[in-house]
Amino acid sequence: MDRAYKVYAIENGTVIDHIPTPMALKVVEILGIGNEGIFTIGVGFLSKRHPGGKDIVKIENRILLESETDTIALIAPDATINIIRNGKVSEKRRISIPATIHGVMECPNPNCATNKLGAARHFTLENREQMTYRCSYCERVAAVKPENLTAPV
Amino acid sequence: MISLRDMTIEDLWTIVRRSAELKQGSHQMCLRGKTVASLFFEPSTRTRLSFESAVLKSGGQVFGFADPGASSQKKGESFSDSVRTVTGYCDAMVIRHPVEGAARLASETATVPVINAGDGANQHPTQTFLDLFTIHEEFQRLEGLKIGIMGDLKYGRTVHSLTHAMSMFKAEMVFISPPSLKMPPAILQELDEKGITYTTAESPDDASGMNLDVLYVTRIQKERFGDPQEYKNVAHSYRIDRNTVRNLGEQVRVMHPLPRVDEIAEEVDAMPNAIYFRQAHNGVPTRQALLGLVTGGIE
Repeated sequence: MDRAYKVYAIENGTVIDHIPTPMALKVVEILGIGNEGIFTIGVGFLSKRHPGGKDIVKIENRILLESETDTIALIAPDATINIIRNGKVSEKRRISIPATIHGVMECPNPNCATNKLGAARHFTLENREQMTYRCSYCERVAAVKPENLTAPV
Repeated sequence: MISLRDMTIEDLWTIVRRSAELKQGSHQMCLRGKTVASLFFEPSTRTRLSFESAVLKSGGQVFGFADPGASSQKKGESFSDSVRTVTGYCDAMVIRHPVEGAARLASETATVPVINAGDGANQHPTQTFLDLFTIHEEFQRLEGLKIGIMGDLKYGRTVHSLTHAMSMFKAEMVFISPPSLKMPPAILQELDEKGITYTTAESPDDASGMNLDVLYVTRIQKERFGDPQEYKNVAHSYRIDRNTVRNLGEQVRVMHPLPRVDEIAEEVDAMPNAIYFRQAHNGVPTRQALLGLVTGGIE
């Protein structure tokens, strides 16, 4: 049976579309919005762009900052962002991977000051095509991997 | 003074020039009235003693610890709290720590200049400064030299820092190592991006005929090998003796950050090509210059 909506529309907030399945929960995790109010997740929609399916995240009453939406590109570089105000799309946002990453990426080097001495996680972009970043503390270059991304700390 | 990555070529030249001036007798007492904390959270001989000698020779005072067991960390104090406390006792802080990034973290908390005296496998910038000073002393230039770097190229922080610094001076490089201890691809990629010419070799004999200006030898660390026999085979093939040096040519200067184990035969010590003890001694004027620069005693 057809349903009127697979994921209900929101009146105000942010819609993140074209997230490759099954990364929606990871997106919610790195945005750190898990305890911040209502968000809706749709998983496994048909997609021409993503043969394995796409996910959608709708966040109610929260307009994400550009610095937040660029972080999503670490997991879903093709994601699109729609900002909804009064039930209408007021802004369509393209995202690109950020020049720096604060908090959400764990340094894979176990002997790094971020893992051993409580230094704040901080990376700077090393190579955009390869999506590698250099840790500001141990100075190792690391490729972005979903398993190294966490809620912001 | 945390990492070579923060430094420009002009900064390196300043340190090399001021070190030479120090060695020639200028800037004496450049640390008069200054107190330097020497915080060694990991054992060290050469680096610690040469820093302490540098402070004393320049008229400053030095205090600290050479053994982490003697610090409050043993009582459970955090590293950042230790730094925040000691920063009020001194005019500059020299830190060695086994954790990579510890000196950077300290510099964010300290209100006095922090000098990185080695942070785990990451950086050992003052070793590179004294290497550069020594190379300049030998050749009166740093640009366009041909440097062979031999030993544990995979894990050695000294060779990584030296490679980075020499690439700033457009050196041509020859990396000599066993296959299992090759230079990490990320570093080679950086050299490619900078347009630096380099070749790789598996034996110092492969470098004969290459007309190297410097052969920089480092220790092959036994603990990197799972199989003791494999270590023995490799260690033997990486031993530099008089014949190896002769084959490399009269022009070659043999350097080593020390301590050596058996990678350079003692018979090489008497050859005019062997400059590793002079290199170690240059740690003092280099660290005098650096301390003078960061505390304002030298401009």
